[in-house]
Amino acid sequence: MIKNILQSNLVYSFVRDISAIAGALVLVVFIFCALFAPVLAPMDPYDLTTVELSNSLMAPAWMDTGSLSFPLGTDDQGRGILSTILFGLRTSLMVGFSVVVISSILGIIFGMLGGYYGGILDAFIMRTADTVFAFSTTLLAILLLGIFQSRNIWTVVFAICIAGWVKYARTIRGSVLEVKENAYITAAKSSGAKDFRILFRHVLPNALPPVFVLMAVDLAVVIMLEATLSFLGVGVPITEPSLGMMISIGKNYIYAGMWWMVLFPGLTLILLVVAINLFSDWLRDEMNPKLALRS
Amino acid sequence: MGRYIFQRICQGVVVLLAVSFICFLIFRFTGDPVLMLAGKYATQQEREQVRIAYGLDRPFYVQYANFLGNALKGNFGKSYISQVDALDTILERFPATFELALTAIFISLSAGVLLGVVVSIKPKSLVSRLIMAGSLGGISIPTFLMGILWVMLFAVYLEWLPPFGRGETVQIGPWRTGFLTLDGLKHIIMPALTLSGYQLAVILRLTRAGMREVLSEEYIKTAWSKGLSPFTVIVKHALRNVLIPVVTIAGLSFGELIAFSIVTESIFQWPGMGNLLLVSIFETDHPVIVTYIMMAAFIILAINILVDLLYAWLNPKIQYN
Repeated sequence: MIKNILQSNLVYSFVRDISAIAGALVLVVFIFCALFAPVLAPMDPYDLTTVELSNSLMAPAWMDTGSLSFPLGTDDQGRGILSTILFGLRTSLMVGFSVVVISSILGIIFGMLGGYYGGILDAFIMRTADTVFAFSTTLLAILLLGIFQSRNIWTVVFAICIAGWVKYARTIRGSVLEVKENAYITAAKSSGAKDFRILFRHVLPNALPPVFVLMAVDLAVVIMLEATLSFLGVGVPITEPSLGMMISIGKNYIYAGMWWMVLFPGLTLILLVVAINLFSDWLRDEMNPKLALRS
Repeated sequence: MGRYIFQRICQGVVVLLAVSFICFLIFRFTGDPVLMLAGKYATQQEREQVRIAYGLDRPFYVQYANFLGNALKGNFGKSYISQVDALDTILERFPATFELALTAIFISLSAGVLLGVVVSIKPKSLVSRLIMAGSLGGISIPTFLMGILWVMLFAVYLEWLPPFGRGETVQIGPWRTGFLTLDGLKHIIMPALTLSGYQLAVILRLTRAGMREVLSEEYIKTAWSKGLSPFTVIVKHALRNVLIPVVTIAGLSFGELIAFSIVTESIFQWPGMGNLLLVSIFETDHPVIVTYIMMAAFIILAINILVDLLYAWLNPKIQYN
């Protein structure tokens, strides 16, 4: 079994693509940091007993006013930047993965129903998708979260999913329409298989590859969106750690020359997104042989 | 064609109705409008008066019909905070947002197409590689972070450009413009660059992909072999065919532009509609939020229909039936 996996084409091309390996490596390190943030972080930035206001606005350790207990400096509340970044990564990745999983499942269900049954159901689903698409995920998420009175991580996930399923539904519907015409589907039908069985056993597995690519691309987009929402103040509440929120607070101090509150969380965010993009670029070329031949 | 236009407009109206219904639900059921209208310290009796005066005691469907009727007349109620007509409040901010968006679209279209052509003509050159690396950055750096990085570079470190605000403006009739003063122009550079960033990268990539495909077509080879100048072949023969889908996709992503204008206006404290929306969200000023949503929906739907028709008009191969 393991031998089979190691000899597969996917692994073969992966170990020969340096940027894909680099991307995956960075992503794994970030996930590790996020999972073990309570152990790795020098302090818990959201534990009020350890946060001292007298430690606020300190520069990184290598600068004159820095201190070794706060390697990357502190923010206006005296929270260590490094610790807050580690905890913020948890929020970013948790929102990112939750949204990608939930919206892909929703998209797969709606896309399959529309593509397989056609007719009014299909028209309704696709017109709704067109409308959601026209408004754009970002705008819908801002407006929805603007309406919610109380916000937490799950309202953010919910708001992004409301708009996020559309891309998946369109992709799945396209592949279902293609797969549906195959002889093996007709064979399954004529042998008396139920619709449910045909959809999940015969149609879905053959329509999935483009969805995996989309999920990888989407993860980066969602992580950026969560940071954007939190930056605007409509994302996760101030009591939760978030990279976007850190940058939003740090923005007020850049005129005073305190760049570390913006630059460190900003660089973390960029690195995370670039890593995911490098990985998803490789995945896209792998899952789409036609594209690889052309370039 | 006429039938298609009719269908699209009907669809648009249905969507607007749905949006208005959702807006109505927000207005009616999140927070207590009576409390907002009468004020926190109103007595029970005063609240009852407000309830009757605004028709909030009538059945649900009557209230919705009233809401729709008023919305059609452009009456979305008064802002809870400023007590000024919500639509007027938003329209007053419209010029600022429009000028910002226009400048950003101009930058992203002209620079995006130009760079995309350069990259497609000499894909292996150093310049092209740099441009492509830059476009990867444009896609990987979120708009809000890009804006702050511009501020740190041009306003804090180099001190070349003002960090926020719209600067000096000139009032012409109902329109307040920042285009006519040097100060206003200086103020618009960074916000416009920020807002154009994302779309620039997308247009660049679309142009490049389209050009690569078109440049290998037979009719381009024919044009070269006729001895036409490179400018004629690339701009008149190739680019023309590439531009149609590029402009279409740019037009269809108008919702994205509105979303990122909210972000940009927040960073630069630009006195536009997006900034107003955010302030209204924090103050739960529902009439303003609802008006903004309805206006955004109307603009987005109208532009979508226009782009669709424009596409059909520019490309005779497409037929809607």
